[in-house]
Amino acid sequence: MRTRSGTRVLQYVAVLCYLIFLGFPLLWLISSSLKSPQEFASITPTLLPKHFDLSNYTDALNEQGLIRGLGNSLQISIYTTILVLIVALPVSYALARFRSRLRPLTNGWILVSQVFPVILIVIPLFMILRPLHLTNTIPGVVIVYMVWSLPFALWMLQGYVAAVPRELEEAASVDGASRLRTIVSIVMPLLRPGLIATAMFTFISSWNEFFFALVLLQDPQLKTLPLVLARFVGAEGQVQFGPLAAASVLATVPSLVFFAFLQRRLTSGLLSGAVKG
Amino acid sequence: MTATLTAPTQVKKPGRPKQNREAIFLFLPALLPVLVLSVYPLIRGIALGFTNARAGLHVDTNFVGFDNFSKLLHNGLFWDSFRIGVIWTLSVTILQFVAALGLALLLNTDIKFRGVARTIALIPWAMPPVVVAIMWRLLLHPTNGPVNEILQNLHLTDHPINFLGNFSTALPAVIVVGIWVGMPMTTVTLLAGLQGIDRTLYEAAAVDGASAWSQFWNITLPQLRTVIVAITSLDMIWNFNSFGLVYVLTAGGPGGKTMLPMLFAYNEAFRYGNFGMAAAMGDVMVVIIIVFLAFYLRNRLRTEA
Repeated sequence: MRTRSGTRVLQYVAVLCYLIFLGFPLLWLISSSLKSPQEFASITPTLLPKHFDLSNYTDALNEQGLIRGLGNSLQISIYTTILVLIVALPVSYALARFRSRLRPLTNGWILVSQVFPVILIVIPLFMILRPLHLTNTIPGVVIVYMVWSLPFALWMLQGYVAAVPRELEEAASVDGASRLRTIVSIVMPLLRPGLIATAMFTFISSWNEFFFALVLLQDPQLKTLPLVLARFVGAEGQVQFGPLAAASVLATVPSLVFFAFLQRRLTSGLLSGAVKG
Repeated sequence: MTATLTAPTQVKKPGRPKQNREAIFLFLPALLPVLVLSVYPLIRGIALGFTNARAGLHVDTNFVGFDNFSKLLHNGLFWDSFRIGVIWTLSVTILQFVAALGLALLLNTDIKFRGVARTIALIPWAMPPVVVAIMWRLLLHPTNGPVNEILQNLHLTDHPINFLGNFSTALPAVIVVGIWVGMPMTTVTLLAGLQGIDRTLYEAAAVDGASAWSQFWNITLPQLRTVIVAITSLDMIWNFNSFGLVYVLTAGGPGGKTMLPMLFAYNEAFRYGNFGMAAAMGDVMVVIIIVFLAFYLRNRLRTEA
């Protein structure tokens, strides 16, 4: 099919408009984070800083709350990721390989967990965790995150398991390997890309999560990075936008790394691969 | 399946229960946490809407039947919040769908720099919601935000607009941010759908002399129908239930003009301690979503059949 050159030009203009709409905000955030306080306050803002100034970053990193928030977020995200992988691997294997009655149940639960507003879950969760002294603790948040990252992790992983050729497992079982042995030494190595993708996705969703953390963590010592950032905004009067912009950029880095890494798969394989299950 | 492939048929029958036992064993580590922290809270949450539960450790909770719901029925703020929630959900979902379809169609052509464009199109997806909110507060800032600067340079306005602080502009501004955030997911899904359409359909249509517009109308849209129904349903659910973005952008203000149902319920539960009331709101939200989805999916799927 040949496209006329007029149409072609229009297409490029349209794509450019889209990319400005989608990309400009982040560009502005990064540029803001590199501006000096004087330049920041200017009423005629410019897209690029006149001279690059890293003082916002040092200011942000000198802020006690931010560093602590960063540490808390990191801890919670890492623990959650490890737990999710341990739990999701056997389940997704069973989902992809067995025609069990648990399969429609699990898929139904994945759907239900999307439809119900979290307010219905968070109040009882709060009431369950409080007598166990798990509100306001990192383990409490980690187990909640684990349960709520599971649906998507399962959905992703079972697609990857389904893509592992059955013949390999059959060969192993003919050779006398047990099911567990087969999973560990045949399926797992082949699943590595899937495990990495699932791990990163879980990490990012815990890293970005806001609502459960808002309800479950009251202690300022334990607040995660999103909570710390949100509180900065709340204090509108004295808020310093420069360091806030710098901290926001830092908070975005893990997700940007993840998306850069997965870009190709996100636009082609990931979704179609995951549906195949 | 494995049994039928590996073993002759007579071994299949005794193999079945063993397989089920194995499956249950593999499910076990997930089952307990999911039951305790997801299934049970959900059921208890639904039931909580019929009680007068309040925050605090040693407060009596009584069953009150439909009391909470009749109170909600007479609460003007609650109705406002739901009206805002519906406007928000429909505007974001529909506008986002139209915008994402346009972008997906463009990215599906053979233009140059497609790879770069696809990467940039994913940016909003890659950002934490709280950071998105902070960023848009910077962009829409009345005195030193670039949006006001650009509008003034184009002489579209002669005074800076406080987008997030004005009664009339707050909801539209929040909707724009909502569209921005959700575009990548919708675009990527639609793009995957577009790539799955059989090219020969277009070739045949071109031979028959069909215009680009008629190809879009008679091939692309019908072929995409399932994907469109799936992604718009999901978008609708996510938008109706969304919280963090607007909480940080406006916290429901100014004057409750952006008070989405989830924000309203959150305040009811954790600001005023009315757990029962907040759960009742959650129940109403679930019913609305289910009724709406049933209606939407039935209509869509009927036209398909």
